[in-house]
Amino acid sequence: MTQPFPGDRPVDAALAREFGLSEGEWAHAIDVLGRAPSYTEAGVLSVMWSEHCSYKSSRAHLGRLPTTGPQVVQGPGENAGAVDIGDGFCAVFKMESHNHPSYIEPYQGAATGVGGILRDVFTMGARPVASLNSLRFGRPDHPKTPHLLRGVVSGIGGYGNCIGVPTVGGELSFDPSYDGNILVNAFTVGVAKTDDLFFGRADGVGNPVIYVGARTGRDGIHGATMASAEFGAETESKLPTVQVGDPFMEKLLLEGCLEIFARGCLAGVQDMGAAGLTSSSVEMADRSGNGLELDLDAIPRRARALTPYEMLLSESQERMLMVAKAGREHEVFEVCERWDLDAAIVGRVTDSGRFVCKATPGYDPLAAAPGPRAPVVVVDLPVALLTKEAPKYERPERAATAAHGRTPARDVSGSPVVRAGSAPSGDPTTGLSAALVGMVGSPNLGSRRWVWRQFDHIVQVGTVIRPGDSDAAVIRVFCEEPGAGPAATKVKHLALSVDCNGRHVQLDPYVGAAMAVAECTRNVACAGARPLALTDCLNFGSPEIPETMWRLARAIDGLGAACRALDTPVVSGNVSLYNETDGRPILPTPTVAVVGQLARPDDRLYLAFATEGATIALLGAPGAGKLGGSEYYVQTHGEVGGEPQSLDLDAERALQDAVIALAQAGLLQSAHDVSDGGLAVCLAESCISGGRGARVTLPGLGVEATLAGQLFGEDPSRIVISFAADRREEVARVAKAHGVPLTVLGEVGGDALELRAAGTGEAPVVARVPVATLRDAHARALEPIVGAG
Amino acid sequence: MNAKIYVTLKTEVLDPQGDAVRRSLASLGFERVKAARVGKLIELKLDETDRTEAERAVRRMCEQLLANPVIEDFRFELEPSS
Amino acid sequence: MKIAVLRFPGSNADWDALHAARDVLGADAAYVFHKDTHLDGADAVIVPGGYAYGDYLRPGAIARFSPIVPALVAFAEAGGPVLGICNGFQILTELGVLPGALTRNAHLRFECRDIHVRVEARGPFTDVARGTVLRLPVAHADGRYQCAAETLRELEARGQIALRYCGPQGEPAESDPWLDPNGSVGHIAGVYNRAGNVLGLMPHPERAAEAALGNDDGLTLFRSLRRHLGAAS
Repeated sequence: MTQPFPGDRPVDAALAREFGLSEGEWAHAIDVLGRAPSYTEAGVLSVMWSEHCSYKSSRAHLGRLPTTGPQVVQGPGENAGAVDIGDGFCAVFKMESHNHPSYIEPYQGAATGVGGILRDVFTMGARPVASLNSLRFGRPDHPKTPHLLRGVVSGIGGYGNCIGVPTVGGELSFDPSYDGNILVNAFTVGVAKTDDLFFGRADGVGNPVIYVGARTGRDGIHGATMASAEFGAETESKLPTVQVGDPFMEKLLLEGCLEIFARGCLAGVQDMGAAGLTSSSVEMADRSGNGLELDLDAIPRRARALTPYEMLLSESQERMLMVAKAGREHEVFEVCERWDLDAAIVGRVTDSGRFVCKATPGYDPLAAAPGPRAPVVVVDLPVALLTKEAPKYERPERAATAAHGRTPARDVSGSPVVRAGSAPSGDPTTGLSAALVGMVGSPNLGSRRWVWRQFDHIVQVGTVIRPGDSDAAVIRVFCEEPGAGPAATKVKHLALSVDCNGRHVQLDPYVGAAMAVAECTRNVACAGARPLALTDCLNFGSPEIPETMWRLARAIDGLGAACRALDTPVVSGNVSLYNETDGRPILPTPTVAVVGQLARPDDRLYLAFATEGATIALLGAPGAGKLGGSEYYVQTHGEVGGEPQSLDLDAERALQDAVIALAQAGLLQSAHDVSDGGLAVCLAESCISGGRGARVTLPGLGVEATLAGQLFGEDPSRIVISFAADRREEVARVAKAHGVPLTVLGEVGGDALELRAAGTGEAPVVARVPVATLRDAHARALEPIVGAG
Repeated sequence: MNAKIYVTLKTEVLDPQGDAVRRSLASLGFERVKAARVGKLIELKLDETDRTEAERAVRRMCEQLLANPVIEDFRFELEPSS
Repeated sequence: MKIAVLRFPGSNADWDALHAARDVLGADAAYVFHKDTHLDGADAVIVPGGYAYGDYLRPGAIARFSPIVPALVAFAEAGGPVLGICNGFQILTELGVLPGALTRNAHLRFECRDIHVRVEARGPFTDVARGTVLRLPVAHADGRYQCAAETLRELEARGQIALRYCGPQGEPAESDPWLDPNGSVGHIAGVYNRAGNVLGLMPHPERAAEAALGNDDGLTLFRSLRRHLGAAS
């Protein structure tokens, strides 16, 4: 039975409401406990039953995702997922959102997002080897966009660069729907020996619970307290909601943890992320079916007079909770001393199945006279009530039209693409030529060099393909056999990509989500790698809006179907809901990141046209030239619209198999998937990257396709490849063997990209732009937002 | 007027840099340093002679740009330019 | 040839240096932890890149309190070859082993990309590559080399300027602002100490020492060290 604690606020329905607990949830808690929760317990319930921790709106649907396969070492439910990469090693990875904090304080929000995902990975016993990120900002000319973009990019760099994990790629786009709700999704992959993975478990009744890392302050405590009437303006100025990251501390924690793990003295470990000490203890106890008892008086702290409520809900960064094997605690302390890390025994594993916390009223170890210890029970809750038996909703759904929740159309009469028009032109300043320059130089399609220059993308000497040079990042990872010396180290090559185009999801959540998986796996295949598995971050608006809930459910079905067809199970993930302002949701954005593996390093592919005279061809069906959901449509209509794309998953699978086979046969000089901006932008990017022109005849797409549709339509399942002219027969044979159409488009050469209409003989030039003009436009695409230089 | 603006992390916000400074001072023998906080000093020359106007303007500069109220406090001093 | 790679708390290119020295060059290289007090009979020392002590206060400033530092300074003073890369360069300037200081890049951002340097000075790390242009990556926020005008004149006069940013064909950095990634005085990318045995540089030769990464220009510095030590022993 809990006892009241000095400073507890009255516990009633009003408090429950303020803590975000519904009437039904509050009644359920009272019913199960047979009493009203204490103030601290109410706080614990509110965070554990929050959408973030309990997935209460999405749990009913997430079960439909495929999560198994021979390659899966660890599926969802742990701190991160893991896939086999051979020789007893695995790749450990996860993606997580840090959207709201990044909007409030872009540098620290993004930095702590990176810190959190790194901890999720090294908690599993894996050394992080690379990070990616997926970023969404509001419209480029929104007054807050430059500040948010600069802050987020430097925050990601500030954390990743310092801890020394290379940020090797990512994606960035702009849309007015993100004006008030930016997205910052961070991905990290690490490598571990499969037999040495660690899990977030509180195994072994009687084992000590050890707190390691930064001390606890009042960082990021439940926003509900901020609104409390008991806190005046003066107090509020002392109570930050945004945590400050300390990447140096995290680096010590990383090295210290890996040393502790190697000693084999732990039964389990979990980082303190969202909902801090509470969720880490409760989740570890839950996975083991045990209970946990914490002595809050022992929590290392940096702030005076912390209450149990604050200690349990603090989101101070760079902290780990370990369960040591009884009798081997001293080994943890030895390593912590070597790395200057604070560590303290704060509890023990019990067989009660309950989460019990004790604290002494008035006790403050930081005070000159801390006072005597006489702990009382402040929390005594069944673990299951906080986890498996947490509320779970099947929220009402209503089919949404593409227009539902859509940002109103903007006036585009001044846009360069509209002004250029859609008439054929061989002059780069008019018609389709100028439209192509406008597209290549638009913030959504232009070069991201300004971004990745600010990330250390080469630390750890593993970055084989740097950002922007291929459709996916390619890294080599050193798989060290513990104690076996460098000669026994195996080098493996991974390809990484992250993708989502929310516009296609807006038009059709099922197809759009499947397209995200298709594009992401296709990117990995275009680097020459076989996709292995996937992690996702489902960013949506409020699940209490039936149309949004419907989109979420449909998107999950689309993801599931694509993952099954492409044999990339979901091994980890995260859901971020309520991304909306004034009732207007973000574009539904189910971001996915895929990890693939190259059979040999020589299989890797770049996107640049590499040699004069090489043959350019389109692998995959040419498509219908539909402009629905495309960048071109938005630039010419000022809103997301048009007819949704369609996706044939069998054709997609065959296409990816074909490009991987071509890579492994060493037949290709380049591969680049056709995605945002369509075929013309794809060709332009290969020209820019290679510093070479191309003479191309557009594939005939039937009478319905406009010229603009042929150039800029975003039909999925297409890859532009180039190869030596004398390998054409072999390439055709491989394509045919996979049942994939191959259309020769032209050849690499000259100093301009020249596009001709389909037809025989000397078909008319549709667009002709010097590569230098394309390169300049591409390089300067972000200048309107972040300035030159 | 000239303005000196001090921007510091709020007292309860983690200040890793300040902690590092305190520990280093301790290892130099300055063990009686109990805490260190590191902040920023920003000096402005204003084309403004009215103190009340200057105060209002500087406050707005702090709120809108120079400090982030989520994690930082600010204070400032004004003095007539010589 | 025995090479010690120092590990400060916050070093993060320690593996990069160890890998280049041990696995690529083939030297007997090993980490030395900052809490150790001796260098274990090393013939050369690498102070690797990273963020020692979080770069708090100033990059490199707090590393001087580490127990290994007296041994490092003694080794340098005795003429032992020391290579400080990036944060290692910053640490060596803060220790006063190398002249000058490294300040925030002129454009105030972290900068990671390939640059070119002309190898100018003689010395244990540069004799092999002297007179050539190397393509090397940089990855730093505080790499803008600065020193007093008097010091600069001395560095020039004594031939201590080891590397200068330049174009791919050795074009002077004045010709294009893109060539110098941080706005260093005299476009200095690396300097030797007066005795010529300690080199600090901002670019990362150890991250460009293998064909597998598409560039082995940086290996010349390590090959030069091997030749130097081979000749001496």
